[in-house]
Amino acid sequence: MDWALLLQLVVNGLIVGALYGVVAMCFVLIYKASQVVNFAQGEFVLIGAWVCWFFLTKYQIPFVWGFLLTLAFMVAFGVLVQIVVLRPMIGEPVISVIMVTIGLSIVFQATMKWAFGVFAQPFPPIFAQESVTVLGLEVRTVYLVSLFVSLGIMGGFAYFFKATRMGLAMRATAFDQQVAQSLGISIRTVFAMAWAISAAVSAVAGVVVGVVNGVSSALSFIGIKVFPAVILGGLDSIVGGVLGGVIIGLLENLAHFVDSQWLHWGNMIEIAPFWVLIVILMIKPYGLFGTRDIERV
Amino acid sequence: MDGARKAAEGEILAVEGVSLAFGGVRALSEVGFRVARGELFAIIGPNGAGKTSMLNCISGRYRPQSGTVRFKGDDVTHLSPNHRAAIGIGRTFQNLALFGHMTVLDNIMVGRHHLLRSNLLSGALYWLGGAQKEELAHRRDVEEIIDFLEIQHVRKATAGTLSYGLRKRVELARAVALKPDLILLDEPMAGMNLEEKEDMARYIVDLNEEWGMTVVMIEHDMGVVMDISHRVMVLDFGRKIAEGLPAEVMAHPQVRSAYLGVTDDAEAAPEPAPGVT
Repeated sequence: MDWALLLQLVVNGLIVGALYGVVAMCFVLIYKASQVVNFAQGEFVLIGAWVCWFFLTKYQIPFVWGFLLTLAFMVAFGVLVQIVVLRPMIGEPVISVIMVTIGLSIVFQATMKWAFGVFAQPFPPIFAQESVTVLGLEVRTVYLVSLFVSLGIMGGFAYFFKATRMGLAMRATAFDQQVAQSLGISIRTVFAMAWAISAAVSAVAGVVVGVVNGVSSALSFIGIKVFPAVILGGLDSIVGGVLGGVIIGLLENLAHFVDSQWLHWGNMIEIAPFWVLIVILMIKPYGLFGTRDIERV
Repeated sequence: MDGARKAAEGEILAVEGVSLAFGGVRALSEVGFRVARGELFAIIGPNGAGKTSMLNCISGRYRPQSGTVRFKGDDVTHLSPNHRAAIGIGRTFQNLALFGHMTVLDNIMVGRHHLLRSNLLSGALYWLGGAQKEELAHRRDVEEIIDFLEIQHVRKATAGTLSYGLRKRVELARAVALKPDLILLDEPMAGMNLEEKEDMARYIVDLNEEWGMTVVMIEHDMGVVMDISHRVMVLDFGRKIAEGLPAEVMAHPQVRSAYLGVTDDAEAAPEPAPGVT
């Protein structure tokens, strides 16, 4: 047993898992508010990272400004996608909407490759100190910051839904659109806002991973990993998304550990989450926190 | 007719020539009526007569193919439901439509939506932006509504777990929270026992008299309708067959045959009378 490696992988798992959790929340947000299964969630992550990278390397502006500009861009972008692409799809069959988001993801992928190339590009150094020591463990600053950012976002989401007017409106809309409208809630605004928040917050995850690994099309893998996370947590539960993300992050790293120590099958880190996906769908299709559809006959 | 004309100034709702069809089914044909400010107006009629469709045309869930709906003198026929709610038309639904997973308090707070000014930004700057102060003021109003409808004991409860009668009351509370000038009630007493009905009737009368809300309600319980409503309109197969004081309407032969199923001897005068008042 290589204890140092195990510890390292657990820490990795938590950090990556928190990021999965953040993106899973974004996915759930869109699903809850507008009943759209967004297959282009990973591309939001990717676009966010590229746009931030572009601002930083092209215009050499400080990271904070580049980051804020990226958020602003993503808010506008999310609203635009909702209005131009998804609003006309309201009332269409679910399968059509899914196909549209898959199409979007392919278009976005290709556009990013065309605009920024296929090679991974490193972010300029952001933190003065590469790593800090926490409890005797050497931790990269980026990881630490990313963990705090993730926790901050989760706290922000919780607060938003519990205590703000728009958060309440979003919950109401998720529950029953017609009733929400009868109470003066504009469904259009709620949808646009859900997409805006989802795109911007996904971009945060993209920037964090980009800073660690460099930016490349591979970043959109998060969008795929999000599926096991949300299925595990329950498609319509924000808390479930977060927890599912963390569990999947830990699980894939532990699977990697088991594999590297004993099994030597290779590639477990990629595959393990999808085993979970299949098993969950078989034994508990509503996930840990999802709502069962109640059918009244 | 002239009575309604005279009230044109104090008139809050004017529906004119509203027709609504779903494919080949005519849900409403040329229905028109006026409701004065402060009135308690009831719509009755057999099942499938178009009562709920009428209410939906007023609240904006349906758009009539022809005809207009005027609210406070403005044509609102083409406004979205949320817009109409914001200018003062509240409603409840025939089938309970509470947000089942939310607490009673949250359900009612959703009704305050359009009255809460603060947006995302000031919400984020909770303490600086005055959002907190605003919320406290709203909470006071909400408490007043909770007191009025006597649901204090369940305010923290999850709405979906409550008994039917209580849920109906919470739904009314949520609609009242909008502070509407006109409130549309779709069968507020359906499925209630006698005691619950009496309570609900009292709330509706109080809303009308003390809170000054104009009420348009659909109700099947004729006893209640006769007791509390000021005027009654009768629909049958999407047409208005009578309108007037409760006693007048009940004496109308066509109403007796259409609604109560009584085939009067006095059916010698079966001329369609769309303008009977």
